[in-house]
Amino acid sequence: MATIVPISVSVGANRIIPTVSIPYPLGNPKLNPVEEKNLRRQLVEKALKALQTDVTEQTVFTE
Amino acid sequence: MSYRVLHYINQFFAGIGGEEKADISPEIRDGLVGPGQALNPALNGEAEIIKTFICGDNYFANNIDAVCAQVVALVKEAKIDALIAGPAFNAGRYGTACGAVCAAVAKECNIPVITALYPENPGVDLYRKLIPIVESSDSARGMGKAVPAMASVILKFLKKEELCKSDHSCLMEKGIRINMFYDENGAERAVAMLVKKLKGEEFTTEYKMPVFDRVEPRPAVKDMSKATIAIVTSGGIVPKGNPDHIAASSAQNYGEYDFANVKDLLQNEYITAHGGYDQTYANEDPDRVLPVDVLRDIEKEGKIGKLHNKFYTTVGNGTAVANALAFGKEIGQKLRDANVQAVILTST
Repeated sequence: MATIVPISVSVGANRIIPTVSIPYPLGNPKLNPVEEKNLRRQLVEKALKALQTDVTEQTVFTE
Repeated sequence: MSYRVLHYINQFFAGIGGEEKADISPEIRDGLVGPGQALNPALNGEAEIIKTFICGDNYFANNIDAVCAQVVALVKEAKIDALIAGPAFNAGRYGTACGAVCAAVAKECNIPVITALYPENPGVDLYRKLIPIVESSDSARGMGKAVPAMASVILKFLKKEELCKSDHSCLMEKGIRINMFYDENGAERAVAMLVKKLKGEEFTTEYKMPVFDRVEPRPAVKDMSKATIAIVTSGGIVPKGNPDHIAASSAQNYGEYDFANVKDLLQNEYITAHGGYDQTYANEDPDRVLPVDVLRDIEKEGKIGKLHNKFYTTVGNGTAVANALAFGKEIGQKLRDANVQAVILTST
């Protein structure tokens, strides 16, 4: 889970989840705490889904 | 008078035998054995193989220090001017032996040494910084190319001559940067390089980018509700006070922290040690980098089997690729030993 996807690709990660921003990849200080935790939850669920998906090559999970 | 060369080879290239003879102890013969017959003429009469040191690959692996000491003693006793080991191609134990004897002789006797290995031979990573290694093909079919290259380099070393371009192109990089003086400054050279690139002409970079390896994607997790999931980060999240003193940049270590009883990474209990981004947001709520709060909820709901009780952290800020690789290997092994099925790695 990283914000600069081209770096994740260049170092060889196979399942990549784009995140929010470098200093807060899994959060957003502009949101209220409930909204922010929801956002984090969505991102982590995306990662769990990626881990349950077979891939044959480096894959960026945008959806 | 020609230079006196010692040649190191294994039991296979000495014609003694293969795997079944790999435990034979060292034997010293006068003159040429095996590949020495090709190597000696390539030395142009300017140098000559005086002795051949033969050792079984397994014997060497079990007695590295002792065999290296024997080679060093022989170099001194027989007044040897240079050591040539191999070529070992892609033979792992043989390549490691060639690297080790060359490194020992270079250090103890301060004479020129050379070996030739295939780039993926494990001896390359172990010894490339210490000794010159000619790049060879993966099997003995490459003997014809490796032998003249080794001979050319070792003769230059013996005669204290500069290596030529073709010597440099067949030697593996040691990964050492040397200060150089140029007539044109960096900006001028960069623009000249760009112009060449735009014209589609050949150009030579002054600083190669590291080549990252690739791994086969692992199969999907079949049953997430039974899986143990671990979290690892390069975002520098550590217990307050950074107990393992992970550096803010160019990290030399990683931390392993038990958080079995932690439901949420709270401000003032966890901080970031990372010096490469604005720490304000991560220190305010460390879950923004390492999502412990959310994963605890998911664990409680039974959507994952278990969140592994330790997290691993380092700082990915100017950290050497070699260090990162070493951290990754160790962390991976620990997670595997703990039967972790999948890992979420977060990066800032």
